[in-house]
Amino acid sequence: MKKSYQSLEDNPTNNMKQVIYCSLTSKMYRLCLVLLLTFSTSLIAQEGDPVNGKSLYNSNCAACHKLDKAMTGPALRNIEARLADEQGLGREWLSAWIRNSSALIKSGDAYANKVFNDNNGIAMTAFPQLSDQDISDILAYTAEEKKEPIVAQNAVADAGAQEGGVSNDLILGALAVLFGLLAMALVLVKRTLDRFADAKGIDVVGQSKRTPLWKAFAQNQFLVLVTAIVFLLASGYFVYGYFMQVGIDQGYEPVQPIHYSHRIHAGDNGIDCKYCHSSARVSKTSGIPSLNVCMNCHKSISEVAPETLAEGTEYGVDYNAEIQKLYEAVGWDGTGYTGDSKPVKWIRIHNLPDFAYFNHSQHVVVGGIECQTCHGPVEEMEIMYQHAPLTMGWCINCHRETDVKVKDNAYYTKIHEELSKKYGVDKLTVAQMGGLECGKCHY
Amino acid sequence: MSSNKKYWKSVEELNENSSIVEALQQNEFVEEIPTDEFLGDKDSLGSSSTSRRDFLKYVGFSTAAASLAACEGPVIKSIPYIVQPTEIVPGVANYYATTIADGYDFASVLVKTREGRPIKIENNTDAGTNGVANARVNASVLGLYDSLRVKSPMKGGSSISWETFMSETSSKLNGLNGKAIVLLTQSMPSPSTNKLIAEFKAKYGNVSHVAYDAVSESATLDAYQAKYGTRGMANYDFSKAMTIVSVGADFLGDWQGGGFDSAYAKKRIPDHGKMSRHIQFESNMSLSGANADKRVPLTPSQQKLALAKLYSSITGNSVGSINLPEALASAVQSAANELSKAGSNGVVVSGIQDVNAQTTVLEINEFLRSKAFDPKTTIKTRQGNNNAVTQLVADMKAGKVGAIIMNGVNPMYTLPNASDFKEGLSKTELSVAFSMKQDETSTNCQYIAAAPHYLESWGDVELKSGHYSMMQPTIRPLFDTKQFQEVLMGWTNKSGSYRDYLKSVWTQDILNGSSFNKAVQDGVFVMPAYRSVSGSTGSSSTIETTSTELKDKKDRTFLGGVIHDVAVGVGIKDEDKNEYVTSTTSTNVSNGDVSAVGSVSALSGGEAARALAKTTVANGMELSLYTKTGMGDGQQANNPWLQEFPDPITRTTWDNYLTLSQADADRLDIKNWNVANGGLNGSYAKVSVNGAEAITVPVIIQPGQAKGSAGLSFGFGRTSKALKEEMKTGVNAYPLYQNFSSVQDVTIEKASGEHEFACVQLHNTLMGRGDIIKETNLEIFNTKSKEHWNAIPVVSLNHIETPVTSPDVDLWDEFDRSIGHHFNLSIDLNACTGCGACVIACHAENNVPVVGKTEMRRSRDMHWLRIDRYYSHQDTFEADDAKKDGFSGLFGDNGSLGGFGEMEHPADNPQVAFQPVMCQHCNHAPCETVCPVAATAHGRQGQNHMAYNRCVGTRYCANNCPYKVRRFNWFLYNKNDEFDYYMNDDLGRMVLNPDVVVRSRGVMEKCSMCIQKTQKTILDAKRDGREVKDGEFQTACSAACGNGAMVFGDVNDKHSKITELKEDDRMYHLLESVGTKPNVIYQTKVRNTSKA
Repeated sequence: MKKSYQSLEDNPTNNMKQVIYCSLTSKMYRLCLVLLLTFSTSLIAQEGDPVNGKSLYNSNCAACHKLDKAMTGPALRNIEARLADEQGLGREWLSAWIRNSSALIKSGDAYANKVFNDNNGIAMTAFPQLSDQDISDILAYTAEEKKEPIVAQNAVADAGAQEGGVSNDLILGALAVLFGLLAMALVLVKRTLDRFADAKGIDVVGQSKRTPLWKAFAQNQFLVLVTAIVFLLASGYFVYGYFMQVGIDQGYEPVQPIHYSHRIHAGDNGIDCKYCHSSARVSKTSGIPSLNVCMNCHKSISEVAPETLAEGTEYGVDYNAEIQKLYEAVGWDGTGYTGDSKPVKWIRIHNLPDFAYFNHSQHVVVGGIECQTCHGPVEEMEIMYQHAPLTMGWCINCHRETDVKVKDNAYYTKIHEELSKKYGVDKLTVAQMGGLECGKCHY
Repeated sequence: MSSNKKYWKSVEELNENSSIVEALQQNEFVEEIPTDEFLGDKDSLGSSSTSRRDFLKYVGFSTAAASLAACEGPVIKSIPYIVQPTEIVPGVANYYATTIADGYDFASVLVKTREGRPIKIENNTDAGTNGVANARVNASVLGLYDSLRVKSPMKGGSSISWETFMSETSSKLNGLNGKAIVLLTQSMPSPSTNKLIAEFKAKYGNVSHVAYDAVSESATLDAYQAKYGTRGMANYDFSKAMTIVSVGADFLGDWQGGGFDSAYAKKRIPDHGKMSRHIQFESNMSLSGANADKRVPLTPSQQKLALAKLYSSITGNSVGSINLPEALASAVQSAANELSKAGSNGVVVSGIQDVNAQTTVLEINEFLRSKAFDPKTTIKTRQGNNNAVTQLVADMKAGKVGAIIMNGVNPMYTLPNASDFKEGLSKTELSVAFSMKQDETSTNCQYIAAAPHYLESWGDVELKSGHYSMMQPTIRPLFDTKQFQEVLMGWTNKSGSYRDYLKSVWTQDILNGSSFNKAVQDGVFVMPAYRSVSGSTGSSSTIETTSTELKDKKDRTFLGGVIHDVAVGVGIKDEDKNEYVTSTTSTNVSNGDVSAVGSVSALSGGEAARALAKTTVANGMELSLYTKTGMGDGQQANNPWLQEFPDPITRTTWDNYLTLSQADADRLDIKNWNVANGGLNGSYAKVSVNGAEAITVPVIIQPGQAKGSAGLSFGFGRTSKALKEEMKTGVNAYPLYQNFSSVQDVTIEKASGEHEFACVQLHNTLMGRGDIIKETNLEIFNTKSKEHWNAIPVVSLNHIETPVTSPDVDLWDEFDRSIGHHFNLSIDLNACTGCGACVIACHAENNVPVVGKTEMRRSRDMHWLRIDRYYSHQDTFEADDAKKDGFSGLFGDNGSLGGFGEMEHPADNPQVAFQPVMCQHCNHAPCETVCPVAATAHGRQGQNHMAYNRCVGTRYCANNCPYKVRRFNWFLYNKNDEFDYYMNDDLGRMVLNPDVVVRSRGVMEKCSMCIQKTQKTILDAKRDGREVKDGEFQTACSAACGNGAMVFGDVNDKHSKITELKEDDRMYHLLESVGTKPNVIYQTKVRNTSKA
């Protein structure tokens, strides 16, 4: 079982397929579904579109508000209902607040001033561009019920799926036994038949008269020679292949102390590689980001979206727990640094030998090479692995093929003009520029 | 003309019958592989328990095991910062300006740090004063990572906390009942520290501060103080001198704290046919003597007479009759004539530790109105006072001292009467030593206050009056250490950090509104009035007037309190001086052999000189104690770089020794000889002063040593836990330093035994190629054409003499190197003083391993850059050839010396030339063609590359290298207990340069022309999108060379300095006749003599 579902509402049919494995779970599922569908109907009744509301919420509100937790601003789950219940304030007041809270505060509105003071006197950004429909969409989204039980369900479903995997093995085992029995039966049948033939005096034709194939083969020296050569060459090829890959860790994918997903950060969120690996621009190493770089974002992102969390289950990882590991390492208690930090001991994946000098800034800044050229589709890697073989041949091949990026670089102007004239080419490869010389990397 | 001269590196080479020289000329590696030892003896071979089969089994097994072990890669962890400091980018070096002030070496330096670790010391080119790091300063970074450092304060040999230390010492200090507290410190010209000490005095009362220099300049200070009122030393700017006469002053070495060589070198390069002339009178062969145009060997007592005669000849004042031999007298007279002729362009310096001599020098320079002589700028890096120290030891013995607090000194090692000091120490109620080590002194103290290295400390130094230098930490303290100043603040109950204190002192008293941060960044601050002084080149009289005012004002501010303490027993003249008016202060100095004339009358009448003239020449041997370029006063004795640093003159490592002239050695039946493997052996001698306890030292026969004199260097023979066993080399000379006099009358006799030196002077000999060094004299240089004195060698092509540079006689095809960079390194033999800073800089930059004494002796030194020292005869050999042909051997067993004892011997007073040699990066490199695995190859940029991981160690390349610059890793020098130097412990390895590979066993290595640095410069330019400017390209050696002898650059840049030098008439290639077309070029040495 690989890819499961994004969420229940998105893909109820899919859910139905999944629940075949376990009837108990499926029952609970159905119950759950019914419950949820009931809620959805009630939401639609509020004339807001929670789907559009969610995207509006994420782009406008999420920087300061969370649904269930106070951040810069207060938690917003069921805000409209709560306001109506506790303060008797309606949609009008809320719209006025959202569109221009400071005006409302200035107007002397008592509750507006209270909210302002409760939140450390930080004024909320005005959103005059939001239409009534937008606001009602957002409020519809905030009125959605919390989805915690679903996660639990997922976990159970997952457990069920794993049981299914075990039964697969059982089936395979049974099949193997079956085939074994069949083979035995065949042998027994043949023996019986032979015995019958013996008893009836029938001579089974031919076998001992012809030279056995292996004997004929052994007697044909030419064939033996050819086979031996082929065998030797083949084994030589494989031995060579084996030894040549010694020390090459292509595909090396160690388990890291914190399950950091490049897929989420570089892929889903589209964070630039050099945002975190900033020293790739100036240094020989790309640098493993220090934890304070993580905290630039994770100060406010303490847990992932439920969808992401669900994705994590298929990798067997709880992203929120991983974020907690980060907090523990950096010494963050949710509000401030405790000073009690533990450095993270990452396992280094790309290990160039000490006798080879490699400089990231040369390739990234001067050469303008994409990180993915050497590191592969990092934005798709849930767990980082070594994409390239990092052998000298691999380096050299690239140096032979790649043109030097000389545009707008005054360093190259003169040398490129002279060299390209000398070699009679328009564009110089790195090799022509001297990039294959031993001393350029080995010193 | 250069070809007439015969060069030799060792006296052994003058012996025509020497088999060892022959062997060395024939063989690249001195030792034969001793195959016969184990293959020749059939019996032992047969009885050996390891058969051939066993051997093969083991080989098979180990190969299989090794390949299996290699299959599994190690798991390497990377631990990033929690919060990365903004200034640190892993992989990018940061540079900080700071200052070394260890009491002996004072210099403003730049510190290169990588990932927060200081890894290299570089020159602070912004600093006008002491901005050049010498060999010891370059090596000092290794002291930071010394595994034997004290890691926390200690009491009675066990660690205590600083809280305990502070509370216990404070209560003891407060409970002394009026007994004296003495602060015994190194020379500390630190404004903030002196202010702190003043506050300490104010709090505790009865505190005295005694400054102590292990190697005293007290006489110089006394003379200067008597004459100018301030305790210090006169400044000299040798770039303003055209005639320099030095009487026993090794001013290119450690004289007056050193730092004079870069100014000297400026005038040594012929410019429009002119260069300075340098005449040296000395007994030991020193760096200065080696660089002199004319060197006159004479004993220390004769030096005094020579100085008196010089004085009388120049000033015309009679000093009475002077008992100098005829030849010496005429040499002095001619020097005096040259000085008189030079007038204000002349300067006289002296290193004689005698107040009279120093006064006389000041007199002569004033008389000459020497431009190079700058008495208004006081050098403050030496403050020690002999009398105060002597008095202190006496007081301690008498039990008058209640507490002694020592900082940066090691009197138990450096005092001649260390046992008295130890006795006195036991009578104090509190003894604290601020020390980085459990050294001779600190182990005898009650408390060791663990002191930080200077790279972990804050501090400030007033190097010269008005010239300040800032010390800032470049790394967090590695251990639980506190610096002296911090503890002083604790004792005086001052709050805040020393850094804040320092800042307040600077803001109030020094900066006068300038930015403190800027001062920290620059590392130096020069008071505005002094900036003009350092920048002016013409007559300086008007500037001097203003600077006097400022100096006096400042003296009141900072030194007022201090002088009185350091100057115990010395009368101080406080009145202001006008220019060239001298005082009549009488100074009592008990200074050994000059005690009879100890009273100084520094009148212009020249009583001092008259007193000098009365010096009686000793009948016996006179010993001059000196400091070696590599070791100084010995505080860095645990530094393997410095132990392995070959002395520029003797080329001996890991030792000190008595230097004797050949004549004296013959008289005493003392010998030096080379044994079969090329190692130098020598006899021992017993040296005693005044019949007191004798010390036994090995002897090196030193060409140029004055007859009747001997030399012995300080800094060796250390004991204690401060040093690893390997570093406990040589003999301690301080016990002979009686009464702080560097000259002692000694008796020397031969002792039994023979000593094995690790001397590299015969390694990699000339191979019979005398034209490796080219020199000429100024007269020929100015009058004759280049073809005469710097001819390109010719070879015969169809019986026509053709220059070797012609393509017609070249075996190789020329490769077009006109595009891109093409690096050349120029070495000017005129500007090179042989100081060796480049050797250590190369060591630090390129992770060159230390191999130890036994390996050095086997010619297995790993220095990528060596400074060859060549001796040559002073005169042309033409005149001597006839005589020489008559000898069957110049000295030694043939007895020719006995027969012609009076005849001048080449080794009596040779001329010296230094020639730094590293890989010449030949465009037609002989090494590249013979490598079977193409491990060494040529780059377009001119560098001869060496791929270590490709090398299989055949050593063909070394055999085929005409310059002998390739070094073979005979062993694994890192993480190997057999080589227990810095690369064998985690702390020491922190100094390694991460950009350069640490080589393993069995590979060849050599100078890479610092390709990591050229690559970095290119990359920086590429990233910025600009062309590389001239001067940006540097190698470690060229950057370390403060003398401008080494210039590195791109010869394809037509406007660069290196292109200019390559076109220079003096340019030549090493062994040009070989046709290797090197990328290292040399500039012919020009001596300012009329004879060649």
